Amino acid sequence: MSVDITMIVDGERFDLAVEPRHTLADVLREQCGRTGTHVGCEHGVCGACTVLVDDEPVRSCLMFAVQARECTVSTVEGLEGEDGTLHPLQQAFADHHGLQCGFCTPGMLMTAVNLLDTVADPDRETIRAEMSGNICRCTGYTGIVDAVEDAARSR
Amino acid sequence: MKCAPFEYVRPTSVDDVLAALAEADGEGKILAGGQSLVPVMALRMARPAVLVDVNKVEGLSDLECDDGSVHVGALVRHRTLAEQTAHPLLAEAARHIGHTAIRTRGTAGGSIAHADPAAELPVVAVATGATVTVAGADGDRWVAAEDLFAGPLMTTLDPDEMVTGIDFPVPTRWGFAEFARRHGDFALVTVVVAEVDGDLRIVVGGVGPVPIRARSTGAETLGDELTPTGDLHGSADFRRGLAIEMARRALASAGIQG
Ligand SMILES: Cc1cc2nc3c(=O)[nH]c(=O)nc-3n(C[C@H](O)[C@H](O)[C@H](O)COP(=O)(O)OP(=O)(O)OC[C@H]3O[C@@H](n4cnc5c(N)ncnc54)[C@H](O)[C@@H]3O)c2cc1C
Ligand code: FES
Ligand code: FES
Repeated sequence: MSVDITMIVDGERFDLAVEPRHTLADVLREQCGRTGTHVGCEHGVCGACTVLVDDEPVRSCLMFAVQARECTVSTVEGLEGEDGTLHPLQQAFADHHGLQCGFCTPGMLMTAVNLLDTVADPDRETIRAEMSGNICRCTGYTGIVDAVEDAARSR
Repeated sequence: MKCAPFEYVRPTSVDDVLAALAEADGEGKILAGGQSLVPVMALRMARPAVLVDVNKVEGLSDLECDDGSVHVGALVRHRTLAEQTAHPLLAEAARHIGHTAIRTRGTAGGSIAHADPAAELPVVAVATGATVTVAGADGDRWVAAEDLFAGPLMTTLDPDEMVTGIDFPVPTRWGFAEFARRHGDFALVTVVVAEVDGDLRIVVGGVGPVPIRARSTGAETLGDELTPTGDLHGSADFRRGLAIEMARRALASAGIQG
């Protein structure tokens, strides 16, 4: 039996009928067209599905969409400006080769957005610790840490 | 994988949670932060027929200090525990739980009820002599943390009971040390040293089915008491060695000669 919910995703209002067993990740991808949010492990370990719910980072594979009723959700697709200008973190990832295949990138970016929102002047160690919940099989992480560090510095 | 279908209810009071669990007749499960339950459901190792979402239950998100102890409502998130200053040992332990995106959702009540032998909060609960408030059909009962944990992922809670809060005494001296392979991983071994009302406890997580309270008060002799089992993460000897070293560090940071 589906449940009616309303949520705001990247500033856009969605009125949806969702199945309780469907995760927020599933509903973002399949009912909101937000396929930018990736799903890797589906049990909380890889971080690819990280989004912000009411400004806090969550694993969208570990939250059911019914639980996001009346919440504000921010995904990677809301990062760029109206005119297509990249978010400073997106630009930094491009500049520092912070991605190769890009599968982990949506989660990396949303984790980094929260880091920059909550820590005023993160050092490299803090960045490494904070990003350690997101797994990347391509880059070796150095470019990712460089990118976050650059974005933090150039604020 | 995807979870099997279930019926979803979202009560707003403890009484309604208990009623929903009773109605589900053993087929219901409480959903708190979901950081342990949802993975288990996604792997189809659990298929509850009814999920009772307690996130909107009122009055369970408070953190209050009184009389030398800190009362933590069942819905207090690990992130809040990590940021509070009333109970520094709890804050230190909470900072070691997973990653930020886990701590924003995971709850104190969920961690205690889940009873993972590698989890931090059960070790802190036993080390400080915490009291768990349990709501059931016959009203509230109070359980000492060491009587709550019965085995790996097993407690003495009935399926239709709910943890509503935990009282953690604030220790006069304390130390915390754990070893994990990677930042944010579950620890292989956690040692918590806590002195409450002049009583010093050394409690070890990850070396048995439940947090183990040591009889000895020194790191070296502690090793002889432990009977860890080896697994792919580490052999029995390795875990014993880790426990001794973590005990040494925890005692040192508590300012105690071990
Ligand atoms: C990637 C990852 C890393 C993690 N790392 C760590 C770690 O290093 N250390 C650690 O300790 N934990 C770790 N966790 C688990 C996390 O701490 C969980 O938050 C915690 O174990 C369970 O809390 P929860 O609120 O999410 O509970 P849920 O997942 O919602 O529930 C867990 C179980 O407890 C029951 N339950 C929940 N609340 C209550 C209640 N109030 N009364 C009775 N029963 C209840 C549920 O029915 C279920 O059986 C990790 C999780 C993930 C996904
Ligand atoms: S898909 Fe959610 S953490 Fe891996
Ligand atoms: S860029 Fe490929 S997984 Fe990170």
